[in-house]
Amino acid sequence: MNAHVRAADPKQRIKGATGDWEIVIGLEIHAQVTSQAKLFSGSSTAFGAEPNSHVSLVDAAMPGMLPVINEECVKQAVRTGLGLNARINNRSVFDRKNYFYPDLPQGYQISQYKSPIVGEGEIVVDVTPTESITVGIERLHLEQDAGKSLHDQHPTMSFVDLNRSGVALMEIVSRPDLRSADEAKAYVTKLRTILRYLGTCDGDMEKGNLRADVNVSVRKPGAPFGTRCEIKNVNSIRFIGQAVDVEARRQIGILEDGGTIDQETRLYDPGKGETRSMRSKEEAHDYRYFPDPDLLPLEFDDAFVATLKAALPELPDAKKARLVSQYGLSAYDAAVLVAEREQADFFEAVAKGRDGKAAANWVINELFGRLNKENKDVGASPMSADQLGGIVDLIGEGVISGSIAKQLFEIIWTEAEGGKALDPRAVVEARGMKQVTDTGAIEKVIDEVIAANPDKVEQAKAKPTMAGWFVGQVMKASGGKANPAAVNEILARKLGLG
Amino acid sequence: MSVDAATVRRVAHLARIALPEGDVAKMQAEINAMLGFVEQLNEVNVDGVEPMTSVMPMAMKKRADVVNDGEIAAQIVKNAPQSEDDYFMVPKVVE
Repeated sequence: MNAHVRAADPKQRIKGATGDWEIVIGLEIHAQVTSQAKLFSGSSTAFGAEPNSHVSLVDAAMPGMLPVINEECVKQAVRTGLGLNARINNRSVFDRKNYFYPDLPQGYQISQYKSPIVGEGEIVVDVTPTESITVGIERLHLEQDAGKSLHDQHPTMSFVDLNRSGVALMEIVSRPDLRSADEAKAYVTKLRTILRYLGTCDGDMEKGNLRADVNVSVRKPGAPFGTRCEIKNVNSIRFIGQAVDVEARRQIGILEDGGTIDQETRLYDPGKGETRSMRSKEEAHDYRYFPDPDLLPLEFDDAFVATLKAALPELPDAKKARLVSQYGLSAYDAAVLVAEREQADFFEAVAKGRDGKAAANWVINELFGRLNKENKDVGASPMSADQLGGIVDLIGEGVISGSIAKQLFEIIWTEAEGGKALDPRAVVEARGMKQVTDTGAIEKVIDEVIAANPDKVEQAKAKPTMAGWFVGQVMKASGGKANPAAVNEILARKLGLG
Repeated sequence: MSVDAATVRRVAHLARIALPEGDVAKMQAEINAMLGFVEQLNEVNVDGVEPMTSVMPMAMKKRADVVNDGEIAAQIVKNAPQSEDDYFMVPKVVE
């Protein structure tokens, strides 16, 4: 069990009263499969419908109803397995996982236990843009989601809505390869990115379409694994990080006081910043799995897998490497761009036929900065890639300076928000924003500034860094349009600093 | 294989079947008789035999990813002892 286990970087260890502790984390991610219909019925998976409207007699487990598997859900699971560099099992088996709960009308969940559709794999997780770790995937299996219970509608009754009942989920189980809250967060972030690239899960955590069960234990460095606790259903990446830290500290506290950890299921309460025991299900943890007699084994051939593999999109790691080699981007910029496929696509549209670094700079710093401020994603950008590319062109050609380009960006953005798509070059012409490269005109401005500030001229001769003050004055006097290189050169000559 | 009284009570609870204490011994005897009957299968050597999943050799039928069912909320909750606004109502269950 300890063979395939990463040691924590010493700086990730937690200081306790009895020495350093290491956190060991494994994650089970439940990812809702992107499909029109449910895993075993023809009712809709669409979110936000009226109660019990997206429910068929199969989903409500009416007597005599039989499940028929949705082929697209199978394909989505295989695509995901391929994206996780995992072994695809051409034969897998559906089992019944038995438990009682009002939002589970069958009295069992159809899941995969001994023979999952996807076996071992691994993904590269970027802990920082330049630092990565490899995290093992133990398995991926297909299963049904349960319905939803509402407890706050009535003083003595719970309300049950089965719209989610029977929707396909992929449970993706990692190896216990994660050693800190940051690594856990980075893992979920990367997994979510891969799923979104593949189009197999939209990763919408607010809607519960991606949720995590977080297994946490602690140990002294090099010691065998400690007893773990499972924190159920954490639904944001930030909370996953908080839950890991809070739970690790709780366990260390108990162990250092001479206590022992009970293996149990817990809940994370973000409001109180604590985890709490879920008690109840302890005894019911006997799921009595057995093969579902309503379903034959799920079988497909290598050609089925090969066809899906051939149609996979470029995945984040490959895209990142290509952006670095093709456009000369830094690993950092490439990592920012590939975090969402739409971002990378937008960048490539801007970079086409232009300087890649300049394009990345404008896309990341100006455009993404602005989108972030307004809480929009790149798909909702009012400014098009063509327009931003136009601005990059004007800088490259020396038509406008960097500071004027920022003003131009502002104008194009504001007009675009108002529904007017302006051509950057036309705006520069119409508003006289062109850079002044006429040295005669620049000299004239410099002469004026020098004449008005004889004292500063003396200072500059003693202290050449004062020249910067003159550059600022000249740029200001020219409305930012003077070519900075020309200003520097002429100033140096006039001040005798050459 | 045989079961004791505690196992009988536990299985009944897991299946949410009300089992009066007076019936436990009788049920235990019945279950053990059945297990004893099935035990005879252990006489057959099944080394290397694949578990049979279907009487006829056939592949599992699959459906296309098409929405063609549902939108029958009134029928879904029709048999529920209690419902409101097409929700099932059940005695309060809070974790």
